[in-house]
Amino acid sequence: MLFGFEWDLSSPAAYAASILPILLIGMWVTIQATVIGFIVALVLGLVWAVLKAAPFRIIAWPATVMTEFIRDTPLLVQLFFLYYVLPEYGIVLPAFMTGTLALGIQYSAYTSEVYRAGIEAVAKYQHEAARALNLTPARTFTHIVVPQAVPRIVPAMGNYLVSIMKDVPVLSVVTVLEMLNVAKIVGDRTFNYLVPLSMVGGLYLVMTLVASAGVRLLDGWLPKQGVPLK
Amino acid sequence: MNDPIIKFDKVIKRFGDLTVLDELDFEVGRGEKVSIIGPSGSGKSTVLRILMTLEGIDGGVVTVNGEPLWHEEGPDGLRPASEAHLHKMRTQLGMVFQQFNLFPHMTVLRNITEAPVKVLGLSKAEAKGRAEELLELVGLADQAQKYPHQLSGGQQQRVGIARALAMRPNVLLFDEPTSALDPELVGEVLNVIGRLAEEHDLTMLLVTHEMRFAREISDRVCFFDQGRIREEGTPEELFTDPKEDRTREFLKAVLD
Amino acid sequence: MQLTDYIAPLMQGAWVTVQLTLYSTVLGAMLAFASGIGKLSRNRAINAICVAYIELFRGTSLLVQLFWLYFALPLAGSAMGLDLRLPPVLAGVLALSLNIGAYGAEVVRGAITAVHQDQREAARALNFSERQTLWDIVIPQAIPEMMPPFGNLAVQNLKDTALVSLISLGDLTFRAEQIRNYTQDSTTIYSMLLVMYFGMALVLTVMMRGLERYVTRWRRARS
Repeated sequence: MLFGFEWDLSSPAAYAASILPILLIGMWVTIQATVIGFIVALVLGLVWAVLKAAPFRIIAWPATVMTEFIRDTPLLVQLFFLYYVLPEYGIVLPAFMTGTLALGIQYSAYTSEVYRAGIEAVAKYQHEAARALNLTPARTFTHIVVPQAVPRIVPAMGNYLVSIMKDVPVLSVVTVLEMLNVAKIVGDRTFNYLVPLSMVGGLYLVMTLVASAGVRLLDGWLPKQGVPLK
Repeated sequence: MNDPIIKFDKVIKRFGDLTVLDELDFEVGRGEKVSIIGPSGSGKSTVLRILMTLEGIDGGVVTVNGEPLWHEEGPDGLRPASEAHLHKMRTQLGMVFQQFNLFPHMTVLRNITEAPVKVLGLSKAEAKGRAEELLELVGLADQAQKYPHQLSGGQQQRVGIARALAMRPNVLLFDEPTSALDPELVGEVLNVIGRLAEEHDLTMLLVTHEMRFAREISDRVCFFDQGRIREEGTPEELFTDPKEDRTREFLKAVLD
Repeated sequence: MQLTDYIAPLMQGAWVTVQLTLYSTVLGAMLAFASGIGKLSRNRAINAICVAYIELFRGTSLLVQLFWLYFALPLAGSAMGLDLRLPPVLAGVLALSLNIGAYGAEVVRGAITAVHQDQREAARALNFSERQTLWDIVIPQAIPEMMPPFGNLAVQNLKDTALVSLISLGDLTFRAEQIRNYTQDSTTIYSMLLVMYFGMALVLTVMMRGLERYVTRWRRARS
């Protein structure tokens, strides 16, 4: 029994049907971790992007090294680091929060590049034109750069959303009860891993297909008339 | 004309709704040098691309050396050609492209030897010997070890000509061979083509915008317009005394 | 336990990580070529198999794949009367290379389709067969385009090897976990671990750049 649901081992089909509700509870955790991790990645990535673009080397250089470091080291080790090291400095977070933080930090290194590329592509050609039109820098950014950069950024960010979703199972190592962990526990208790793990695979396919379709939909809905998307 | 090497019989070619060749009848004799001129979009290049089997046809029959190109003899008449048939037919044809289309990852020498070795089964030494002769012919004997991007456009096109000749085709097709060149490089390529035309009994079919050159080297010039041959004749006839208004307009526009 | 005492077991683990990365990157590259080219095949069966493989492994999570191969496959095997119990090394290398191969397949396919149509036409005019055109003309020109994304995938693969520690394979992360359990010295251990992965990633990046320079040497010939 898990989460109050009994499993029925009389046949593979009955087994699958009986554990589906359990896996769906795990899936809900997976979705929450994905969304929160993604939001952290979006916000922190923007911070990195701004720091890396700073006119002072003393700011830009450490930020660049830091994002390289984050990008080149495994999520699992970063997660262990946060989970075991932060408490030594008095910062005690629930496992779920630590996990989503690790996801967000790992992917912030990737999203910062997306911001940089998106803004650079626009800024190069548009700043001079905006100056000629006598727009203030703030207005240039909100009215010229952002509307053009967003359609470039959205598809790449969407891909990272899907990647984050696929990395959520790593959180199982710090006891987060996401879908894979739940399936593993069911397998441990019933000595049958085949059905729950195959179901997780199937459910993952559904989730990534839906998420990819959602990203494409959003991308199609965004206004991009006249925006040159190289 | 007796025994043409190339014959188009009511050939139709469409791209979507656009009819590019409209029941085209066209012949080239053995050893003949024929230039095709005409406004862009008139289907000139399509004729060459159909012959080189880069484009299929939507009606009619094309024959090369008496054999249908895009068809094969089947039990109940002609049927669409198999890849094996196309492979056999292509051995008679060679093509020089507007954009040269050299293989950028191969040296000049290997550009010329690769197909003779891989396709014709020549030994490396034989192919190299043949390539060196051809490089001599196009005046690039000292450039054999360079890569295409190290050469000027004119030199690249001369390599393109050598590469096509290395396959010993009966018919050589030139698809606007100088259009992509800077004006000062056009001459060296035309010289090579001119020398070929003079010294070899190769059949040559040339799509070009170089009217003076077409006049010099051709046995016959065809004016293409709207998917058909509007007028044809010796260079003398066509350039000095065109019969059709369209031909006259076209020549006036390009010669001025 | 002294700090220097950490070094030997960590180096042992690092060597396993290096081997895992090497094997799975090479095997993954082969899978990437096979399925990337297969996806462009006009043969329906080959095409369907390749598309299914790519979508399945890109659409699910690496850790799910690893667990499935290690925990679920033996059960599927015994249902069919086969012994499909994989040793952790084999399950690890298989999962990593199948996963990276599926991502690499898209890189291979993209680079091949990006080779200009003119090159295929020239090859056809010279009477190369389709197979010769692919291997002689198209792929040598596509490989340089594949190199930067392949470099990223190789680093991704190095990072992903850490996951095999979860099926008790003695890689770098596994060794570090052992030491931490023993000493509880989390800060030192994990800092060392991160730095070691970073160092390996830098070395790998340099190696991939070298490979890139090698396969693009014809582009840099100067007159």
